[in-house]
Amino acid sequence: MHVPILKQGDYLIATIQSVLSDADLLQLRDDLADRVGQFRSRGVIIDVTVLDVIDSFATRTLRGVAHMLKLRGANTVIVGIQPDVAFAMVQLGLTLEGVGTALDLEEGLAFLNAKTKRAGGVVARTGGTAPSSLSKSPPDARTRRGNRPLQ
Amino acid sequence: MSTFNEEICVPIRSDADIVVARQKGRALAVQLGFSGSDPTVIAAAISEVARNIVNHAKQGEIVLTGVHESSRLGIQVVARDEGPGIANIEQAMQYGYSSGKGMGVGLPGAKWLMDDFDIKSQIGKGTRVTMQKWVR
Repeated sequence: MHVPILKQGDYLIATIQSVLSDADLLQLRDDLADRVGQFRSRGVIIDVTVLDVIDSFATRTLRGVAHMLKLRGANTVIVGIQPDVAFAMVQLGLTLEGVGTALDLEEGLAFLNAKTKRAGGVVARTGGTAPSSLSKSPPDARTRRGNRPLQ
Repeated sequence: MSTFNEEICVPIRSDADIVVARQKGRALAVQLGFSGSDPTVIAAAISEVARNIVNHAKQGEIVLTGVHESSRLGIQVVARDEGPGIANIEQAMQYGYSSGKGMGVGLPGAKWLMDDFDIKSQIGKGTRVTMQKWVR
């Protein structure tokens, strides 16, 4: 099952649509590594809400993706780990150490905004601001990193 | 201990079968009356033992059955293969020990997730993991 990757300003959002086989997870890793270069992304959100189980392989792969993307200059945040899934991970002794995690997409965007400290970036969730930051990307987001040929 | 439903047998030949095995395990767990995080915990344990088959034996099978013993009801998961077998089971059950490409979490992790866990292996003949979890 192919995971669609959406570009949202400086960020990429990969929302997993159904349970994934090992091969699908590895495909997602490779796709994200490509897109981060193609779109010069600063942050990546991986939404795992639909995953039924995050076992040792999935944990290792997600951690690998995050560390690999970090080396490509992008911060990764994993969002949507379900309570039961988290419980089973803890029992298995699995951690996502060194990888950003957040409750949901909205928190994930806030996490990346804080991490990447975008000049003029939208500060999400201050003083009850509506989560409209999804559609607002700063006008200078492209030009700031532009003027260089795409890979 | 007796079984009371038809055995559900899932052949494990590739990583995609791991997903099938754990989905069938979760469905059976729910059917047997497991609730809360238990179906997910059982699915995670199945995922680990099925992955063990793919990584070390290439192919094998996962057999899922409902079981009852005295007054309790549970699920039994058997993972069997005719792979190379495990030379040192004690070592294989050590958390963090891996003979291959894994994290060394699979077998000890599955043991933690389930209530009962038994592993038998013979070099050159294969490995059989039997585990149960009981409805609380």
